[in-house]
Amino acid sequence: MAKFNMDPKKCPMPEQEPAVRARNFLEVAQGYTDEMAINEAKRCLNCKKAPCVEGCPVNVRIPEFIAKVAEGDFMAAYEIITSTNALPALSGRVCPQESQCEARCSRGVKGEPVAIGRLERFVADWYMKNVNKMPEKKESNGIKVAVVGSGPAGLTCASDLAEKGYAVTVFEALHTAGGVLVYGIPEFRLPKAIVANEVDKLAAKGVEVMTNMVIGKVLTIDELFEMGYKAVFVGSGAGLPMFMKIEGEALKGVFSANEYLTRTNLMKAYLEESDTPIIQSKAVAVVGGGNVAMDSARCAIRLGAEHVYIVYRRGEAEMPARAEEVHHAKEEGIEFKTLCNPTKIIGDENGRVVGIECIRMELGEPDASGRRRPIEVPGSEFVLDVDTVIMALGTNPNPLIRSTTPGLETNRKGGLIVDENEMTTRDGVFAGGDAVTGAATVILAMGAGKKGAAAIDAYLKK
Amino acid sequence: MYKIVRKKELNSAVTMMEIEAPFVAKKAKAGQFIIFRVDEKSERVPLTIAGYDREKGTVSIIFQKVGLSTNMLGMMEEGDYIQDFVGPLGRPTETEGLKRVCVVGGGVGCAIALPSAQAFKDAGIETDVIIGFRNKDIVILEDEFKQASDNLYLMTDDGSYGEHGFVTVKLQQLLESGKQYDEVLAIGPIPMMKFVAKTTEPFGVKTIVSLNPIMVDGTGMCGGCRVTVGGEVKFACVDGPDFDGHKVDFAELMKRNSVYREREAETNKTHICRMQKLANDLIK
Repeated sequence: MAKFNMDPKKCPMPEQEPAVRARNFLEVAQGYTDEMAINEAKRCLNCKKAPCVEGCPVNVRIPEFIAKVAEGDFMAAYEIITSTNALPALSGRVCPQESQCEARCSRGVKGEPVAIGRLERFVADWYMKNVNKMPEKKESNGIKVAVVGSGPAGLTCASDLAEKGYAVTVFEALHTAGGVLVYGIPEFRLPKAIVANEVDKLAAKGVEVMTNMVIGKVLTIDELFEMGYKAVFVGSGAGLPMFMKIEGEALKGVFSANEYLTRTNLMKAYLEESDTPIIQSKAVAVVGGGNVAMDSARCAIRLGAEHVYIVYRRGEAEMPARAEEVHHAKEEGIEFKTLCNPTKIIGDENGRVVGIECIRMELGEPDASGRRRPIEVPGSEFVLDVDTVIMALGTNPNPLIRSTTPGLETNRKGGLIVDENEMTTRDGVFAGGDAVTGAATVILAMGAGKKGAAAIDAYLKK
Repeated sequence: MYKIVRKKELNSAVTMMEIEAPFVAKKAKAGQFIIFRVDEKSERVPLTIAGYDREKGTVSIIFQKVGLSTNMLGMMEEGDYIQDFVGPLGRPTETEGLKRVCVVGGGVGCAIALPSAQAFKDAGIETDVIIGFRNKDIVILEDEFKQASDNLYLMTDDGSYGEHGFVTVKLQQLLESGKQYDEVLAIGPIPMMKFVAKTTEPFGVKTIVSLNPIMVDGTGMCGGCRVTVGGEVKFACVDGPDFDGHKVDFAELMKRNSVYREREAETNKTHICRMQKLANDLIK
């Protein structure tokens, strides 16, 4: 076989047919076979400078692991990945590779970049299927560290600290560990068995995971120190959902994406056997253009809606969602109303949603985010007939910890202020992920958790 | 898992349970709530804390068997375990700066009013209590309220026990007779809280109501519990559940609370099946 594969296109990944998958919650993308992975890995030129690695928030040694995949040595590839990334089965599925590692790939100059994310996922899945050895418990140094939140930031931080021998306790507010990976990201994009497996690995390393513990309420940060924890990492994640402050947001049938997704994913409302109710919609408007908006829209179609619209005030090119999610959503029949902004939600005499009025937008000069600012086109209002509106506009950081921890300073938006080592304004209290940045990505939270673990280790060795 | 250490039927539809939850018991305060799940398939249900014993590490809840989850919980017995019990959530009832208060409880809402009355009394605040029930058969916690109040007024809608009339009738009388309160705290069905707020408004008495909107996580994440208070959106789970009764949009709250009512009615059949199965499992 040839050493390199010079095909300008990525090896496609097998997927469920759109018409089939739009009616089930099974995973959409089914992963490479061994042959596909090896073939795709041979597209990597193994560049000396490895620009892809710089594009990765956790600096996965990308060309090295891909070289091992090309050789068919998947175990070696797994070890290379997990030397810097504790959760490859997750990041391989949910990272926005097109704006990170793959954006810098040399192969991307003429043709498609190497499918780094798909290869990462392949290696992680191969390991889970064929080896899945639970890690061994490290010898404990007896130093207690508390991690608040079991989302991507908390899981990564806890994993790295456990590797270093710390006695880690993870406190999770909900009844299942995983944070946004279980309540937010749907099963068809990230199977919950994968998240549970990662949590099991953490437990095998000796990390104690306590669910139903709302830090800030049941215990304060100060009380954690009194209990003997020497450092605390706060990865409490996203908080209260944002609304548009337009007329009709209190109508029956208007939900935040957080609520809609939590009912569907964490509470499994899509299963007959679940007691948690979810609205039976005929037509749904999802407002927003991020991954959360795509997840909400794709859940809505799977829950039986006949029409699902994405209403987004900028153009498709400006959408923050992963390109693959937009592509999948379109294939599944989601209708995109870009350059449209809701002006009010219309209700009937019973307070139920019957429509959403939108106005068309056009793009003006770039704004502070560098994206072109959307401007209303006067007189262009129109009504979409929908019975459900889902607001996927982002969140404000959760207030429970900052309001019960003296000395913890926050920025204007309520995010915890941290220094370059992820330490907050309270000595020994570190933070990362959405609790600091506001709504962002899984991989950025993982990066922050990793950095936090290193900083806590340095802090405790002082 | 969380153990049910005590169960007592307060009347034919209302049950008291003491749940072993030491972390929650240590921190619980009057006015706060917990969320429970009976088993892995159950929904998350918020219930206001009815009492706690910090030394025993138990928290008591009082609930009316109205829907699937409360019926399922009601079928559990002492010694059984429930899947989840998380709290204390929400802000506690504020007692600071108050000298004279009137606590108004309606029906099963009295269960939630009791710890607040106790908290007022313990803080040395002069506490009048008005509790109302439909009839004699469903009166609960009378002795407990006697202990927790300076003056107790018990009302029944049909006059079969205590005084005849709604709680608002008594409240109106007291206010007209010149009783001065720094605050009235109303806990009960939404219409009752709304009318208590209407009663106190002309007298300019600060009125706090304890709201019970639909919730999922209860920790400030899902936004399902949003209520409009004074024209602003507030989240009952982190900003409440207590709010200024003169500013709450009760009509909106009532509508929002009915979102799943039709579905509940439709699926009652399957619910009964599931309850029967649970009962059989418990018997085994």
